[in-house]
Amino acid sequence: MTNDSTQHDACIVFHDAAVSRGGRTIWQHGSFAIPNGSVTAIVGTNGTGKTTMMKAELGLLPLAAGSITILGRPAGSANRQIGYVPQSYTSDIDSNLTAEQSVLLGLTGTQFGIHVVTKAQKAKVRQALAFTGIEDKAHLRLSELSGGLRQRVAIAQALVSDPKLLMLDEPLANLDLASQRAVVHVLARLNKELGMTIQVVAHDLNMLLPILTGAVYLLDGHPHYAAMNQVLDSSLLTHLYGTTVQVVTTPQGDMFVTPSPDEPEDVVPDTHATAEIAQFHHHHGAGDAGHDAGARTPAVRNDAGGAR
Amino acid sequence: MTVSFTFDPDWMDTLTAPFMTNAFLAGLCIALAAGVMGYFTIARQSTFAAHALAHIGLPGATGAVLLGLPVSLGLGVFALGGALVIGALGKRASQREIATGTVLAFATGLGLFFARLSSSASQQMQSILFGSILTITTDQIIGFAIFDVLLLAVLAVIYRPLLFSSVDEQVAQAKGVPIGAMNVAFMAIMAGVITIAVPAVGTLLIFALVITPAATANILAGSPLRAMVLASVLCLVAIWGGLVLAAMFPAPPSFIIVTLSTLFWAVAKGVASLRR
Repeated sequence: MTNDSTQHDACIVFHDAAVSRGGRTIWQHGSFAIPNGSVTAIVGTNGTGKTTMMKAELGLLPLAAGSITILGRPAGSANRQIGYVPQSYTSDIDSNLTAEQSVLLGLTGTQFGIHVVTKAQKAKVRQALAFTGIEDKAHLRLSELSGGLRQRVAIAQALVSDPKLLMLDEPLANLDLASQRAVVHVLARLNKELGMTIQVVAHDLNMLLPILTGAVYLLDGHPHYAAMNQVLDSSLLTHLYGTTVQVVTTPQGDMFVTPSPDEPEDVVPDTHATAEIAQFHHHHGAGDAGHDAGARTPAVRNDAGGAR
Repeated sequence: MTVSFTFDPDWMDTLTAPFMTNAFLAGLCIALAAGVMGYFTIARQSTFAAHALAHIGLPGATGAVLLGLPVSLGLGVFALGGALVIGALGKRASQREIATGTVLAFATGLGLFFARLSSSASQQMQSILFGSILTITTDQIIGFAIFDVLLLAVLAVIYRPLLFSSVDEQVAQAKGVPIGAMNVAFMAIMAGVITIAVPAVGTLLIFALVITPAATANILAGSPLRAMVLASVLCLVAIWGGLVLAAMFPAPPSFIIVTLSTLFWAVAKGVASLRR
């Protein structure tokens, strides 16, 4: 994957974007462009503003500065072309909706007034359920489905309206390995067969690595975008996660990011609250995100050391 | 003192009395509104907030008696006021159990205070708390019927966005459903449902009339619309059954209505768990 996407064929463009909540800066100086047809992960430790970023992209949170352009329009105005799958916290569901009815809401849920469900809409729902491999579960209630199947219903609901961009917040959280694989497989097919641009909030990259083309990482209170070969750098990931991380290339060519079993004694993981680090230094312009990523890590360490 | 619990052979005469006709009609209006809105209340996980609305209405009801105003007016105004405040705070607020429970307790206490300020309010307290479906007037029924028509008209317009925001609030918001307006609309309609249902079973027992039939229907029916229809039917059977049984045996209608409603739910719940 190339990193030098022009603004023209970019799906998500950040320009000096910043978000603050209650007077506290979550992140700032986000400037990058994510190309169409890409699969990106938003990564970072807890509380660095991953979900906040997705909400800002959907226009659900106001920007404190800068701008975000999605599909060529300001954040929030292209939401009809975006499929959104929020993080699901609830394990028990009180509604008696079936998978099919839930997916149908993705098509008809915004319509006021009396509408009869058309044959075309029903066919569309069937198609979405088939794509996520749960056509046989159409008439089961959500409460009867496992977490993994429910996640696939949510994805079917998001893609039933033919979005150009699919956004998923922690789609693999709380799923067993087989369910994680199934969800990743669905995402891979959406990207390859339908050309859908996909963005995923994730705190564990391992499962997603085979399909990722790049990542937005919230390293130091600034969102950066980089293509995959630049993200998979041990020292960067170690800094990002605040614990030692190794990148292993297996004979099969798969790369895995694994926490090492023992922390070397001479390595002190550099951990800071990102809002704190965001105040240490400023960036100017978007620049080359890849170059940025390599150069950033030592600079931050120096800054952080000086502030201590 | 002896407790007599004997069958009344003249129960058919009781059933054909004019006040009974009013009670049956009132039951029909209440069942329709409660069945439909009960479904949304459960889907929005706002059952406790809905229950609290009845208690927030209590000081309004006893206060109205104090001022010589109609009970339903005071009840409705207070329930609507409470509904708009909870609604404006958002769906999350209606799931805050501690805040809701505290307000509920305070409102009930306030209702008691107003009731003690006058003897007429004191006399009405019992029927406000536990209902008096046999004293519902023709004017009240006309009001109920108008409310039902309005309810169905409004729901026909907002049905899908309300359902979407009830079951998938975050996605609905991202897709442009005005979730704030939906929440206020839901709570306001709920205040109306409470206002017409309190005369039947009172503020204390209202949960079993508005929420329980919808919960039973949720277990049995496979789609929102079917669940709403079934909830209305179950609610109607509970009320009408309660009226018939109360004519046969010396038990208050509220008690039998709530008992039937609870029984239906318990049976459905039991059968559903056996099937699994």
